[in-house]
Amino acid sequence: MSARITTKQRMQITRQAMPEQAAAARAANFLEVNLGLPERLALLEADRCLQCKDPRCMQGCPVGVNIPKFIDLLTAGKIAEAAQSLLCDNALPAVTGRVCPQETQCEAVCVRAAKGLPVGVGYLERYVADWARDHRDQLPQVRPQPTGKKVAIVGSGPAGLTAAGELARRGHDVTIYEALHKPGGVLVYGIPEFRLPKKIVAQEVERLTAAGVKIECNVVIGRTYTIPELQEKFDAIFIANGAGLPVFMNVPGENYKGVYSANEYLTRINLMAAYDFPRSDTPVLNGQRVAVVGGGNVAMDAVRTAKRLGAQAAMIVYRRTHDELPARAEEVHHAEHEGVKFEFLTAPVEVIGNDKRWVTGMKCQKMKLGEPDSSGRRRPEVIPGSEFVLDCDVVVVAIGTRANPLLTATCPDLKLNKWGNIVADENGQTSIPGVFAGGDIVRGAATVILAMGDGKKSAQAIDTYLAGIPKPAGLTMAA
Amino acid sequence: MHRILARQTLSPNVTRLDVHAPRIAQIRQAGQFVIVHLAENAERIPLTIADSNPETGAISLVIQAVGKSTHELVGLNIGDSIRDVAGPLGHPTEMIAAGHALCIGGGVGTAVVHPIAQGLHQRGVRVTSVIGGRSREWVIFERELQRYGQVVVCTDDGSYGRKGFVTDAAKEILAADKVDMVYAVGPVPMMRAVANLTRGLGVRTIVSLNPVMIDGTGMCGGCRVSLGGETRFACVDGPEFDGHLVNFDELQDRLSTYREFEQRSIACAAGTCRMEKNTSSPA
Repeated sequence: MSARITTKQRMQITRQAMPEQAAAARAANFLEVNLGLPERLALLEADRCLQCKDPRCMQGCPVGVNIPKFIDLLTAGKIAEAAQSLLCDNALPAVTGRVCPQETQCEAVCVRAAKGLPVGVGYLERYVADWARDHRDQLPQVRPQPTGKKVAIVGSGPAGLTAAGELARRGHDVTIYEALHKPGGVLVYGIPEFRLPKKIVAQEVERLTAAGVKIECNVVIGRTYTIPELQEKFDAIFIANGAGLPVFMNVPGENYKGVYSANEYLTRINLMAAYDFPRSDTPVLNGQRVAVVGGGNVAMDAVRTAKRLGAQAAMIVYRRTHDELPARAEEVHHAEHEGVKFEFLTAPVEVIGNDKRWVTGMKCQKMKLGEPDSSGRRRPEVIPGSEFVLDCDVVVVAIGTRANPLLTATCPDLKLNKWGNIVADENGQTSIPGVFAGGDIVRGAATVILAMGDGKKSAQAIDTYLAGIPKPAGLTMAA
Repeated sequence: MHRILARQTLSPNVTRLDVHAPRIAQIRQAGQFVIVHLAENAERIPLTIADSNPETGAISLVIQAVGKSTHELVGLNIGDSIRDVAGPLGHPTEMIAAGHALCIGGGVGTAVVHPIAQGLHQRGVRVTSVIGGRSREWVIFERELQRYGQVVVCTDDGSYGRKGFVTDAAKEILAADKVDMVYAVGPVPMMRAVANLTRGLGVRTIVSLNPVMIDGTGMCGGCRVSLGGETRFACVDGPEFDGHLVNFDELQDRLSTYREFEQRSIACAAGTCRMEKNTSSPA
């Protein structure tokens, strides 16, 4: 650490604000909300890092990014080295720099948060990652010695891409199978353009394919091939096929026209570009009053999307209060600024339709918070006689997902828990030797970064596993 | 990319495309479907596999031109390509092992009945097919189905075969002969009528549903149907279901969700509507 600046001077710098599109403008477009720190502000922010001897931020990171190191290299003017250091720890920094809940991870434990605001780790990660995307020629291309070992990865979402990057870097021959027609998983079908531009996902994917990772789209594991079939061709398998089936509310009227799962709503708009109908062939119902049920990141993505599609009222319907919202703080904050309405302590009991079965409203109950439940959050309780009708013409259900059975049903040896999720240990090892799993198919619905953490740990475990099996590739591993 | 290997017009707006998809051609089973995505901005469309040839790697898709995307598909020629074909998706048909099956096909649904009759025949099941269309030119797959058993053809206007609906002919067969299982694929009103007919007779009836679908892998839930009051996803739980439990009214209603959009889409493609200004498209 250079003596260019003293700790006292570092302490005097206040946190740099992320420049963003004005709320009124961005609520009517799909362009990215956060614009990224310019160089001057990024370097100022980087100088706020105290370069702790025992950096807690690293322990707060699910993929273990050496945060002080890349920040130090940045402040020393060695941005290419900073990028290299970051990319070595994290296969998708331009993604995590945008979508990670830093406030509950690295930034939550930053020493500077004790007195004031933490270092903007996410902002700096994004800054360095974006530089790396624009200056790929300035990064050394390390070509590892091929090991001759073949690994199949099921799913090209955050867990799969991370594992692919790690395994390719170790010289393994990696093939990713993706069910949809475009790689990226939830990064392309779920997270909207205004939060994570698709171009960035495409560039991150391209960096992996340039490093030798093969991606085959339109291959549905469990249908096109089964896991036992993949075992015949590959030395190890990493299953990261994602969350799967949307959960519905199970209330009357839920199949009226105008009720979407968040997955369907977002997939139509993000993957299929329904915002651009009729130039794009896939339509979506443009609600004037859109009620989104749920309080997580997916709910925030859906409601902010509805706003951008021109909804006069874009509403979150959540049965707890603002303090219990599971969504990332920045998303809630952005939604509020964009004019999203929040109906807290409200639970739907019925979707109401007209005689043509189009949605016209949602009958709801008011709730109050009672004693804490098993999750530690105060349990919402119904206030008797509090029913009212919320006028709306589109309802988006964003209350979670359950395990997709397509893959697991065709692999009977794979041990599942009672919800149908794959049972895996902390290294992703499943009940079948050589078969690992991570991300939402193991965790249920979680976050991009936790899935990436699984991808990284599983890749390390796969690497160890591969080191222990005989060299000739293509041998059959079926027991 | 998946090349078109053969193309045949079956009816005024029904076309058969043989598409190169070798893996799917090798493993597909009766009742399964693919998701077809013609090009970058096209819709993802679920299409039941009507036949396949593992040697040439071809799967046969029978497409009725309804929306813009299906019109574009039927406009493809030999040598053209489809960008994406994913599958085979859905559960294979629940087949009886012996006895007599009545296979009922209406319009383009007859193409879906074809692999079912084929599979039943291979198992040694006696197959009787009843197929129908509005008039002679709308009757498809008659010759193919004749390979597997007796075929009764019905047309609404009597221009070919019997005059009347397929349900009329089916009713007579069910009265005269022992039928162990009925398979019915066609327009929703036809499948509903068949299910109503066989419910009273206590003959198990399988129908193949074609709700609105995007991914085809269970992710979107757009294809949800009500089965005996419970929600099922046609893509992962179906597409074939017990016809006596399906809520056909709801299915038909949900199928109408995007009708206005379809018309707008076709009009725009034909240049008869002005492209709407869209202020919210990304750069």
